[in-house]
Amino acid sequence: MPEPMPPEPHISGGDRAAEDGAIAATGLDGTMDLAAQEGESLEKRLDAPESGPEGKPRSLWSDAWRDLRRNPVFIISGLAILFLVFISLWPGSIASGNPLQCDLSKAQEGSQPGAPFGYNGQGCNVYTRTVYGARVSVTVGVCATLGVAILGSVLGGLAGFFGGAGDAVLSRITDIFFAIPVVLGGLVLLSVVTSSTVWPVIGFMVLLGWPQISRIARGSVITTRQNDYVQAARALGASNSRMLLRHIMPNAIAPVIVVATIALGTYISLEATLSYLGVGLKPPTVSWGIDISSASQYIRTAPHALLWPAGALAVTVLAFIMLGDAVRDALDPKLR
Amino acid sequence: MGRYVIRRLLQMIPVFFGATLLIFLMVNVMGDPIAGLCGERQCDPATATQLRKEFGLDKPLWQQYATYMGNVFTGDFGTAFNGQEVTELMASAFPVTVRLTIVAILFEIVIGITLGVVTGLRRGRPIDTGVLLLTLVVISVPTFVTGLLLQLLLGVEWGWISPSVSTEAPFDELIVPGLVLASVSLAYVTRLTRTSIAENRRADYVRTAIAKGLPRRRVITRHLLRNSLIPVVTFIGTDIGALMGGAIVTERIFNIHGVGYQLYQGILRQNTQTVVGFVTILVLVFLVANLLVDLLYAVLDPRIRYA
Repeated sequence: MPEPMPPEPHISGGDRAAEDGAIAATGLDGTMDLAAQEGESLEKRLDAPESGPEGKPRSLWSDAWRDLRRNPVFIISGLAILFLVFISLWPGSIASGNPLQCDLSKAQEGSQPGAPFGYNGQGCNVYTRTVYGARVSVTVGVCATLGVAILGSVLGGLAGFFGGAGDAVLSRITDIFFAIPVVLGGLVLLSVVTSSTVWPVIGFMVLLGWPQISRIARGSVITTRQNDYVQAARALGASNSRMLLRHIMPNAIAPVIVVATIALGTYISLEATLSYLGVGLKPPTVSWGIDISSASQYIRTAPHALLWPAGALAVTVLAFIMLGDAVRDALDPKLR
Repeated sequence: MGRYVIRRLLQMIPVFFGATLLIFLMVNVMGDPIAGLCGERQCDPATATQLRKEFGLDKPLWQQYATYMGNVFTGDFGTAFNGQEVTELMASAFPVTVRLTIVAILFEIVIGITLGVVTGLRRGRPIDTGVLLLTLVVISVPTFVTGLLLQLLLGVEWGWISPSVSTEAPFDELIVPGLVLASVSLAYVTRLTRTSIAENRRADYVRTAIAKGLPRRRVITRHLLRNSLIPVVTFIGTDIGALMGGAIVTERIFNIHGVGYQLYQGILRQNTQTVVGFVTILVLVFLVANLLVDLLYAVLDPRIRYA
């Protein structure tokens, strides 16, 4: 603790949240093509706002990419996520049959040909439902994260850059949101929703999730704003928008990306929790949370109907957390 | 110190009112509380109007909020629609959840910090990797899955515990639910302690302490641990509020009649008074816990002085 009293408790709050997601470094070797492709697209996206001079060969992003390519954690989680995206786009390619077509006479039966995971309490094929359930989880995770990241970094970034009254108000608003337990807010807001689509759930997550990213973006922008190159750009007469977009954003966005990736996993988990409580997604939507919730009634007689979707959920969340972890290790210059 | 506390208390006021107003608005968006009162049937319009007048629901929303807050400060949290005082519900629910939270926090402190210290001191060894992987798995499995699995294994298959907790909820019945509630935070505490210990282990003051010839045990407990615990204390402090609010899932699995249970029932039955009242208390707990954590800093780290 350097100074008696941190003048802005919110910066430390942001760091704290980043630390909560702190997950350890691993460093072995190994490469694989699919993950490389995914990483390449990631790099292109990250590189787009980068405008370093040609003479400077290595940017933070190219360094990070070199590290990531050699990180087995990144490769494994990247492959797992690619697989998930694939089955959420084309679930029919690895699972035959209709997830909504159930046969009560087969209820709670165990593993058999055509149904490797057995049947659940309503006689639905657990394998088919688990495969089809990936779609909503991935959709909710990706859309909620995109919404939260965009809203949070725009609000937090602007507040951090301009400071003043807007910043003070925004900081108090984020304090307010932090004081409300997430699951509780979800129960209250979503208990009135009757729609069975994923959009109310995503909307709720964006509404309650943005303050987290906003704090981190704000702290990151405040740190970046004090750098010499930003002062130089200001002295050269650069406009606010140019400084924000060309100088600050590429250098301040790394913590946001890391926290957003880890948060993606937790949003998937939150969706399942809300569905378990009966307020998230509703049947006939096929979702791991709904399946786990309905299987919990038959947990004594047919635990397999609970274990498979729960396992799929855990692996998905784990993959995103590990990916975020690997990206964090690669982007954190202190660890280098 | 005194001035700092006063400033922090003043800062808490807008957050408190903002959070309660937000939940007040959310609950009112939730639906017509009078409709909830009539249960599944359609309300008689005349009765509904009369009830609305009686409960003050015909007034504008901001006036309802002001009246409610005014009552809260005199200790009147209103009456649930079944005629029970909300304070009565609180008196029965909060002790249970507080016990559950205490069990959870104890798990975090004892297991989390121990594992963190052990792995932090043996960084890179098999035990470190093993515990790290374990924490990752615990973080990835949602709490309700952990809870259901433990309930199935310990309660149903092996019969070590009773699958559901009795109404009194004594401490010994809350051990497994407390562990479930703590599980994710436990993993975070382990990781945080590990990182912090591993960082501070190379600090100068640790080398000095070892050079002075102090026993290893004393170096670790008095020098290393005290300095490494600051981020952990922050986390555990902010977690108190989150645990109490997040107990909904755990309480539902193990049928514990605590705050989460009352809130869940309140939300299902559109019982606005219960929901707003309980959330008000939860917000207060969260804010006070945060303040205490900041004050604890000064105790743990003598370099920090609040002006």
